[in-house]
Formats: sequence, structure tokens, C-alpha cells
Amino acid sequence: MSEWPAQPKVLGTRVPRVDGPAKVTGQARYSSDIQAPGLLIGMILRSPWPAARIQRINLEKARQMPGIKAAVAVQEGPRIVRYYGEELAAVAGVSRQACEDALRAIEVEAEPLPFVVREEDARKPDAPRVWEQAPNMPPPRVREEGNVDEALKECAAVIEGFYTTSVQLHHPMETHGGTVRWDDEGVTAWISTQGIFSVRDGLAGALRLDQSKVRVVTEYMGGGFGSKFGPGVEGVLAARLAREAGAPVRLMLSRFEEALAVGNRPSSFQRIRLGAKADGTLHVFDYENYGTAGVGAGQATEGGGGGADLPMPYIYRVPNRRIKQTTVAVNAGSSRAFRAPGHPVASFGMESAMDDLAVKLGMDPLELRIKNDPSEIRQREYRIGAERFGWKEKYRKPGSSPGPIKVGVGVASATWGGGGSSRTQGEIQINPDGTVEVRLGVQDIGTGTRTVAAVTAAEVLGLAPDQVTVKIGDTRYPPGPGSGGSVTAASVAPTVYDVCTRALEELQKQTGLPDVRGENWRAACKKLGVTPLVVQGRWREGLSSSGVGGVQFAEVAVDTETGLVTVRKIVVVQDCGLIVDPLTAESQVNGGVIMGIGLALYEERVMDWQSGVVLNPNFETYKLPGIADVPEIDIVLINMPERGVIGLGEPVHIPTAAAIANAVANALGVRVNSLPITPRKVLAALGKVPTAKA
Amino acid sequence: MKGSETPSTGRLSRRDFFKGLGTTALAAAASQAESVAQELQKINAEKVLGPGPVPVTLKVNGKTHKLELEPRVTLLDALRNHLGLTGPKEGCDRASCGACTVWLDGVTIYACQKLAIDAQGHEITTVEGLTPDGRLTPVQRAFVERDALQCGYCTPGFVMSVSALLRKNPRPTVEDVRHACAGNLCRCGTHPRILEAALVAAGLPPVSTTRTEVINHV
Repeated sequence: MSEWPAQPKVLGTRVPRVDGPAKVTGQARYSSDIQAPGLLIGMILRSPWPAARIQRINLEKARQMPGIKAAVAVQEGPRIVRYYGEELAAVAGVSRQACEDALRAIEVEAEPLPFVVREEDARKPDAPRVWEQAPNMPPPRVREEGNVDEALKECAAVIEGFYTTSVQLHHPMETHGGTVRWDDEGVTAWISTQGIFSVRDGLAGALRLDQSKVRVVTEYMGGGFGSKFGPGVEGVLAARLAREAGAPVRLMLSRFEEALAVGNRPSSFQRIRLGAKADGTLHVFDYENYGTAGVGAGQATEGGGGGADLPMPYIYRVPNRRIKQTTVAVNAGSSRAFRAPGHPVASFGMESAMDDLAVKLGMDPLELRIKNDPSEIRQREYRIGAERFGWKEKYRKPGSSPGPIKVGVGVASATWGGGGSSRTQGEIQINPDGTVEVRLGVQDIGTGTRTVAAVTAAEVLGLAPDQVTVKIGDTRYPPGPGSGGSVTAASVAPTVYDVCTRALEELQKQTGLPDVRGENWRAACKKLGVTPLVVQGRWREGLSSSGVGGVQFAEVAVDTETGLVTVRKIVVVQDCGLIVDPLTAESQVNGGVIMGIGLALYEERVMDWQSGVVLNPNFETYKLPGIADVPEIDIVLINMPERGVIGLGEPVHIPTAAAIANAVANALGVRVNSLPITPRKVLAALGKVPTAKA
Repeated sequence: MKGSETPSTGRLSRRDFFKGLGTTALAAAASQAESVAQELQKINAEKVLGPGPVPVTLKVNGKTHKLELEPRVTLLDALRNHLGLTGPKEGCDRASCGACTVWLDGVTIYACQKLAIDAQGHEITTVEGLTPDGRLTPVQRAFVERDALQCGYCTPGFVMSVSALLRKNPRPTVEDVRHACAGNLCRCGTHPRILEAALVAAGLPPVSTTRTEVINHV
């Protein structure tokens, strides 16, 4: 049982986000909006080679260009660059136009090297090596339980499938970067980040400064989705330029750069053999997977490794299993954590195999899941969702939808942690006039962190949320976690609860009043005299937990003449413990689903194997879901106050793509085994793509 | 190659239709380009601006600003970096995300695709100009109440697009809203709420594309 009040007044009510007015009026200042006297613009010169030995970089001409105040190389001396777009040097000048001119004046002596950008090419033994000292594809790690080879013989049905996913880009609307200023006290950096403390420590390390000399401020940031934890090369370059120029520098990446060097979701090539007994009980899972994390295994974050390993056989229990996984390096930007790292891709592979197996067994795919999913909460969610969606009425045998526009349905599931960080701290300042300021060293990536804090404080203090001012996004405030792994709400709410509970006790003690809450608040605060009350607190046990399940149902229409897939409806059934604010919680669900539509149907980083460049580094050719692509979204949130607060942002994104892919397979009667499901792939699966014949 | 194409059914196939359209459109575009080139030549013969800074006068949110800008400076750059109006955001700098949406004489444009010198003589309105008295407009209020924003970076652009729509069409349909927002991208996925907010701001019943229910576990 959690300590949360049994009859909450504010918790669980629909509170509009407290920083909404600042955002709709343009008053909210993002890292890219910071203005400072003498502000310079910074820009980066990037490698035009997918692989090259850099001999020398000459910045002299660039330094002489009009309006240029600083120029730095990323690294002195010879080095090797390993992907198109890797950072070489940077300049700072009075305008972006001056910087553009100066970048063209930088001279780079380089010897181009062989490169490889396609996974299937990179794994060949004679492929150019991305890292000289190691093969591109190390031997797989093998995990085995039971006896797979024997078990295969014991099955009534075994399917073999090959399921692939593409490299997906984060593309937050605000690009990576920030504004950096030096003064006598050190560095102040306004960085667009999900982790102000990890940026602070990263900058201090790169600049060889004491951590106490670096202050990171992120009042507002325009999305990150896992890609914005460290300062990045761009953050460090901005700081070095600002130091050299003796002036503040704003360095924000362009949309073009955003597609090259600041993270992505690894691809996957999943070969699955899945077998079951005649009653549908899963018996064997034989799995091989590799994917590319670009030049690196990714940046370790709280959200997960960001690597190419997938949690398989995902949510199902299979007694006999053999799992072989590896990664393949290619000459492309490194992966980073991306909203529920590994999970949406694992879900796509596993849930596709489940549906293919259901077809072979002649079973309803929902029944196959109910038979094999060990989670109690998901069992309940299948029932609720099926009824809400009308599964029984809508499910038909694959490919049996009449006419050229075929309708299909699919289902898929998710699991996630989302517990709080026990090291979160916070403080409150209560002023004699009754105003309240809660201060937390966390940041809001768009989930409504300020609002979670305001709602919690209002509940405990007996106030309205708008009576509480929440200050976040500054490393001068008590430390909090990075916004990854869906931990923020479960970190913030218990911390604010603790801070406010202690503050109430202290206020009672100082004023001698038995109850200082609600209508007594102002009178109590007045008794403080001239000294505000400041109380610290920290994350408290018993107010949050982790572990959620989610189930999603999808209905699609596929035009078999054009290959176009339209998502008509998504039903989401999700638990997330105690719901702090249903209004903002639902927004996260919408967001997870819509991003899942992108993964399912549109998003893919395309690289040219001959030139090694990213071919679609813009929104015209890398398609994000737009307002016309958004289906009816029907959300059921299961409120479990007894479990306390649990994060929700990632789990709601996980099963969408898999459910859509299954719905497409159900509509067509053949599977499109590769994400994104583009019209070309649909037509190819239907045998409608003309092939040149001799 | 022809042999591999879909056999002709006697009707005009879609491919033939597009082929035909392509040649006509190309011819038209070529002659248009020629006349534009002639036009430009005429203008340039009269006056060459730049490459150095030139005086530029911009009327933004009712105030006149005299600036010295290189002719290649975009309106977005001028607003954000020379006038400190950071409501319009930069998301792509190539007319595909709509975060920089402002009004030019009341019509939405991408500020990143208009040169500042070309915006002279027009009334420019940014999101800051919607609320000179600091009170939220009905559109802004609806955005807040319906939570039509998450990270908020794309929000000023959407607010400008929806506000322009309602000025022109006070009783829009869902399709009208979709059309008005077709040029704005949002990565957090707030679209259903934006649809709702637009209708609420217009005083229409909040036709919702989402439905939510919170059910208790125990």
C-alpha cells in the first residue's frame, strides 16, 4: 500500500500543464532561444567522407574571415573519421552567414579510406573495417535454455520468419546544441538536454574544469526521445569556441546535421523459428539477430544501452530457447537510446512471429497470446481491449477482407520498468506571503514534469496547483535523474511528497498551529515573519513502483492498388500505477502511438552505399507522421493507486508498430516483414511490383 | 522495358496520365522560369543589393524596426537573432516543419523561407503579437486547456496556423483544421489535441479523435 492519500483532491484530476501559457505565447525560452549581449553563432564543419585519415586542418583562412571570432579543430593532429558528418572543426562568428562563409574557407587535408554503410555488406569477411583492430561483426553472444533441436521435433507447428527494421532517427523538433557563456565563475551552458547533471559532468570532464565551475540551465527543451543525455561534441565545441572568442556562443545543429551524428535507433535483422504444441503452448524459440549501431555500440544511458541487443522472446515464456545476437559496425553515426530502447523492435519481431504461428495453428492470434502471456495485468488488458476494440466482430481470417481496400486488425503488447530514482532530491521555499517555490534539478522533455511536481505539492499542502511555482532545469537545484527510462514522474512525485510533508511538519513546529494546510495556509506563513522557510527532502520509498504492461489493438486499411496503409484506429490499454494527471498522461499515450505509426509506416534513414552519405537528411524525405496520419486513438488507463507512481512515456510507444504490422498482414493475407511498411513493400508482398525480365 | 509494364486495358492508365501531365507541366514551368529570369534581370539591372548589410525596415507586431542586414538574412533569422523575438522557432530552415510559422499580412508563411528584405512593406505578426496585453487568446486558452502541446517547441507554429484558420473560417470542420496544420510537424504527437483545441477555440463541440477512460484496478 502506498502512502498517497486515499481521497486525493488534486492528484488524478485533469490539471492543464502549468507551463502551458508560457509555451503557447512564445514566452518559454528554450536553449536555442537564449539571448546574451555579444552573442555569437557557432557552426560545425563535418566530414564529407564516410571514412578518411585526416592529416591536417588549417583554420587560418577561416579565422581571417570577416565577423569570425573563433575557430577550433575537434582534435589536433592526424586522426581517422569514420562516418559522413563526423565533426572536424567549428567556427564562431557574428552571424550564421559569416560562419557559413568561414566553414568554406577551412582547409582539410585528408586521405579517403574505404567504407561500408550497408549492414549486409559490412558483415562480409572482406568488407572494409570500420574499426581497424576488430571485424565489423563480432561472433554472436549465445544464450540457450532447454534443448532447442529436440524441442523443434516436438512441436505441432513451427514457423520460420525473417523480420527486419530500419534505422530510425529521433528528430526532436529542437535540434541538439545550446548556448555557452564563460565568466569569472566558470561556464554557464544552456543546453537542449534530457539530463542537466550528465551534461554538467560531461562538460566539466571535456573542459577539465571542476564540476562546481559548470552550471547547466535547461528551462525548456524541445524534445530528445533518448538522444540528448550528454553535452555531445556540439556542446563541447560551443564551450571551446566561447572560451576562445571571449563571448557567449550559440551552436544549434541544423536539421541536416541532426540526421547524421546525434543518434538513432539501431536496425534489426531477426531470424525467428517459433514452435508450439497443438494447443498453442509455445515450446521453442530459435533466434538470430543482428543490427547496426553505426560506428559505436551507442551511448550508455539510463534509458538502456542503445545498442542492438533485443530483449527476446520479449513478453513470452518459452521453455526451450536459443538466442544469438550480435551487432555490425557500419560507417554511420552511432546509435543512442531511443524511446524504450530495444523494445519496439523486439515487439515487432516477436509479435509478427506470434501472428504467423497463429495462422499456421489456425488459432485466433489473440487467443494465442492469452494462452502464452504470463502477465496478470496484460491478461486483463487483453480482455478490456478486445471488448473495447470489438476484436471478436472485427477479426477475420487473413486476406479475407473483400475489395481492393482491405481492412485488417492486429494486436501487440509491451512491458516496461519505469520506477523512480532513489537519489532524487528537492527543496521547497515557503515565503511569508504564502507563495511557494519547489526546486528540483530535473528537466522537462515535454512530459509535464513541472505539472507533476505542482500537482503533488498542491495535494500535500492543500493548495491549488497554480499556487505552487515549480523551478526546474538548473544544476544549482537539488539533483535529480536524467529524463530516461520513464523514471521522471516516479522520481519527482515521491520527492515532492517528502519535501512537502517535511515542510508541513516544520511549519507546524515554527508556528505552533496544528494544521497549516488549505485555508490556514496564509495565516501560518505570515507567522514566519521575515524569513522564508526552506526545507529539503528526498525520494521516499513506498510512493512509486515499477513494472507495467500494455496492450494495443490496431485497425488498418490497405489500398492494394497503391500499397498505401492507413491506420484507422488504435486502442491502448495501459497501466501506470497512480495516475498523477490524466490529461498529461493521455498526451504521452497519444505521442507514443503516433511515434509508433512513424516507425511502422514511414521512418527510415536511407544511406547511399556508393557515396556513404545519408540520402534523406530532411523532413521532405524522412517522413514523420503528420496531422492527417493520426487515427482515432482510444485509450484505457488502468489506475492502480496502491502501486504508487510509475512512468508511462516509453511503454505506450512499444507495441504500436507491431500491432500495425500484424493488422497489415491480417488485411493482406501475406506479411510485409520489414519496417517501415511502405507502399512499395506492400505491392511487392502482393506480387504487384513489375520486375525486369530478360 | 515496355513489355514489363502492366498490359494496356484500352483505358488511359494512371502512368500514361502522369506522363502526359509531366510534359505539359514541364513545358509550362520552363516558359515560366524564363519569364521569371527576365523579370529578375530587369530588377537587378535597376538595383543590386549586398552582399554587405543593407538597411531593412520591418514592421513586426505593429512596431517598426530599422535594421542593417545582409540581403541573404531570412525573416526568421531577423526575428530571432536581430529582434529577439524567439516565439517563432527554427526546426528545419527549409519550409518543411512549420515551427517558424508567422503571418505576413495575416497569411501564414514559413519565416525561414522569406528573406527579410522581401518582408519589407508587409505587416508581420509573430506569436508574441497575438497577445499584446498578455492575456491568452481563445486559441491559446484552448491549447492549454486541451493540452495541445508537450515539449512545446512546435506550439507557436501550430498556434499561428490555427489562429489564421479561425480568422478566415470561424466554423471549421476537422478536415479544415487538418488542412490548415498540414504544414506543421510535431514530434511529441500532440495532433489529436490540436484538432480538439482548434474546434473548442471556435466554440464548436469538441469533436475528438481520442477517447479516454480511466478505470480502477481494484
